[in-house]
This record gives sequence, structure tokens and C-alpha cells, in this order.
Amino acid sequence: MIDLSALRADFPILSREVNGKPLVYLDSAATTQKPLSVLNAMTSYYEQSNANVHRGAHTLAAEATELYESARNRVAAFIGASPSQLAFTRGTTTAINHIAYGWGLNHLSTGDRIIVTIMEHHANIVPWQLIAKYTGAELVYLELDEDFGVDTSELASILDERVKVIAFSGMSNVTGAIGPIAVLSEAAKSVGAISVLDAAQLVPHTKVDVDELDVDFLAFSAHKMLGPTGIGAMWGKAERLEEMEPAEGGGEMINVVERHSATWAPVPHKFEAGTPPIAEAVGFGAAVDYLTAVGMDVIVDHERELTAYALDRLSEVPDLTVYGPKDVTRRGGAVSFELGDIHAHDIATILDQDGIAVRAGHHCARPLMKYLEVPATARASFYLYNVPEEVDALVASLNKARSLFGLA
Amino acid sequence: MADLEELYRGVILDHYRNPRHKGKLGGDHIHAEGNNPSCGDEFYLDVIVEDGVVTEAAMQGQGCSISQASGSMMMEAIVGTPVSQIRDLAQKFRLMMTIDQGENPVDEERPGSVLGDLEALQGVRKFPVRIKCADLAWTTLADALDQAEALA
Repeated sequence: MIDLSALRADFPILSREVNGKPLVYLDSAATTQKPLSVLNAMTSYYEQSNANVHRGAHTLAAEATELYESARNRVAAFIGASPSQLAFTRGTTTAINHIAYGWGLNHLSTGDRIIVTIMEHHANIVPWQLIAKYTGAELVYLELDEDFGVDTSELASILDERVKVIAFSGMSNVTGAIGPIAVLSEAAKSVGAISVLDAAQLVPHTKVDVDELDVDFLAFSAHKMLGPTGIGAMWGKAERLEEMEPAEGGGEMINVVERHSATWAPVPHKFEAGTPPIAEAVGFGAAVDYLTAVGMDVIVDHERELTAYALDRLSEVPDLTVYGPKDVTRRGGAVSFELGDIHAHDIATILDQDGIAVRAGHHCARPLMKYLEVPATARASFYLYNVPEEVDALVASLNKARSLFGLA
Repeated sequence: MADLEELYRGVILDHYRNPRHKGKLGGDHIHAEGNNPSCGDEFYLDVIVEDGVVTEAAMQGQGCSISQASGSMMMEAIVGTPVSQIRDLAQKFRLMMTIDQGENPVDEERPGSVLGDLEALQGVRKFPVRIKCADLAWTTLADALDQAEALA
């Protein structure tokens, strides 16, 4: 059990008001709030140890390097990985672009296929569209089953040696559905393709072990797991990282530079061109420390309980349709819904007047919205600091929206 | 709540649920499209301009009540109206949508009854992030009128 009032006190922003009401923050799938330990770690880095990493002989440079690499060690340990296989990136989007350009561009050619699923975020669609355009490869979609999971029943019919990449989400940011990770990673292996897991929602909300997942690449972002914006990670199997070209060149990522050529620093540094986001790495490290101290098992239980409560309470609201699995073991805490003919943006505006923050729109997943035949949804998403009373506030405000629009 | 009731007046919800001049035009016409990628609002506009007057217009779209009601009200205002008058109206609409900043002199110049039903949208000013919703139809219209002028 989490002591929620003690835990909430760690997040300064949760005690503020919005439009004269206590903030009810239900937008953690977009970005999470930050605990004091993360803010303090970043401030302390700037106050005490700020210097550039990896290239100075002075004390501050050594301290900064130590802090940066220590963050790498802890973030890697958080997903059961070796730090030598984890590169810091700007976030999930940049990590997937690194994989698409660094691996895809050099291993794909005309007639090859990239399989993605219809529930992907744009970050796991558009980079592959670009690689398909540059290489002549073709993008193929897996669609959904009747309970919002990825339908893998047609997989056998499209799986052959033309498939070079299977890129998929571990957990949808729209429906909350957990992806068929084992099925797709096995499928990739069976035809010699690589598996690329968009774990932006998975890593913050489940206990992840890269050995168990057995994918080739995995990407995630710090800001969706209590850390700062501007940093994320790309993890890859050692042989895949070795066979990859760097997608970006510059300082820090080189071994020797000649006039017309250069050799690369060892993995993972060959993927970290330029001065990295050092304070952000320090904050990322503090974020995984916080999550580890609370315990991912405890967080998973709390979110499941809260999501079950939310689905239950939302089912009492007339005219409301939830887009996502009903079984809380098959989903995370992102709950997308429609409310009668009230557009998602109108819902978000009305809720905001009650201090409730939800997302409205395409959620960077327009192909999924088209597939579901909805113009937009509102989305409430939960994390370790949310409480059942916030679900109650959400339901009360949704009923107010119904009355404003004459549905009550 | 008062702000919300002003935002979602009955006339706005009526235009949202029963958009006027909905559809497409056949034959020769000018077509313009607008969208707000961040929220998914879409607005499609067909117009016929003859001798400097919008003689026919039709709209299609999807999005929030503000974007669609603003479009529907705009349609009522433009059909049968000279382009010069529409441009003037568009400017007055912009002015009405200017964020209320207390002593902003714009407030005193705010247009009166000339805007008709469109005045119902003034509640949007209190919700700055929604102004772009109300503007969508009008930016699409400006595109269509520019096309018409280029052809004339």
C-alpha cells in the first residue's frame, strides 16, 4: 500500500489550485509531475557540479561525468539492462528516429517491409514512413481485435523474409491496451527481422526487464516517469547497436576524426553526439530512484485499482463510451472516452474550469482515431499520485458537461 | 460556471448541432480547407463569388462546438454578402476575439449588433486557448476570398 498523502506531498505542483479549484492532474500519459527529489537533484547539480562531461581534467568535469554515468547505470538497472547498451536520447521520439535512421536506413531496401500496428503513436509511425520513402520499403499495419488489443491472427499471412522491422507499442497512449510483445518479438526473430518496442508508456507503468521482453530495441522517455523533459533512452541488444550507424555526428561520439573520415566512440557513446542533457540525466536518475523506492509492483497495483475504479465510475455516466480494454490486466491507466455529442475539446475546457487536467484530441495517433472512426477523444490518465477522489471529481465534472450541453 | 454558460450559449449549441449551409457545391466554385492539427478540428468551405458578391457557399467539417458553430454562423453572415463587407465583418470578428486585457482600448471599439448571432461567440475571449477554434472558419474563408480575388 502507498501512503498517498505522504507521497503526494513529494510533488509540489499537486498542492496548487487551477481556476480556484484544487488541481486534479489526469494527464500523466502526456507528461508526469515531478517529485522534489528530482527537482533537487537537478538544482544541486547546477549549484555544485555543473561542467561539461567526458572531456575535462578538472574536478567539476569529473563530478559531472560521474553524475551523468551514474544516472545511466541506474536507468539501465531500472530496466534490467547493462549501461553499456543504453544511450541517452532526447526522448522516445529521438530514440526511434536513431533506430530508424541508424539501423533502418542501412538495412532496408526496395521490397522490404516494416510492420507497425494501428495503435502506434506518430513517433512510431512517421520515422518508418520516412525510412520507407528513402529505401523503397513498404509499411504494413496490424489492426485491432474487438477488445482494442492488436490482432495478430493475420500475422502469419504477412510474415516472410521481406519483413525487416516490426515496430510496436508496449502500451497504447490512447486506449491503454498492452501490446502483444512476446508474439511480435518471436515473429520478428522467426524471419530475421528486428523488433522495436516503443516503451514510452510501458516503462513508467510496469516492471520492465529487457531480458524477459527479448526485443532488439526499446525506447522510453524520462518525463513520462517523473523525470524531466528533454531526455530519454534507447536500449538495444549489443550486436544490434554495433551494426548500427550513428544517426547524428559531432563531438563526444567520435574516436578519431580525420579530414575526410572519422571513427566512432564505443557504444553507447557513439549515439550521443554533442553535449548531452546532463542535468536532465541527473534528474532521470533521481526519477528511477524514486520509482524504485516506491516499488514498481506497488505502482502497478495502485494504478490497476484506480483504473478499475475509474472504468466502473465512468460506466455510470450516461452517453459515455470508453475506447479501451475493460480487463485491467490487459491495460494501463490511460482511459480515452467520448461523451455524447460533446466534442473532446469542449469536455477539456469544462473540466479545466473545475481544475481537472485531461487531454483532448488525436493524442498523436491519427491513424488510430481514423480506424476507431472517432474525430477525437478525451483522455484521463493516471499515475502513482492519483487518488479515487480525483476520479469522483472527474465524474462530477462530466455530469456538469452533460447538463451544459442539455444531455442531462 | 458563469463563464462556461456564456461560452456554451444555446445559440452556439444550436449552430453546432444544426450547422447551416452544410454540404458541398457542384459546378465551378472555390474550395478552401482549414485544420488545427493540434486538436483535429477541420473545416471545408466551397464558395461561389460573382461580381464581388458571395452568391453561394457550403461548409463541411468536424470539431468542437466552438469551431463548428463559428463556421455555421459565418455561413449565415456571408451568403449573399459583398466580399468587401465580408472582409469588414471578418475584421470586426477578429477584434471581438481579441483577448480581453482590461484597459485594452480595443474593448471600447468592440462592434455592436453588426455581428448578429456571431456575437454569441464573445464568451470565447475568456478562454484564450479556444480562440483558435473560433478563428478556424474565418481563416479558411480568408483563403477562399484570396483565391477569388486572384481569379477576378
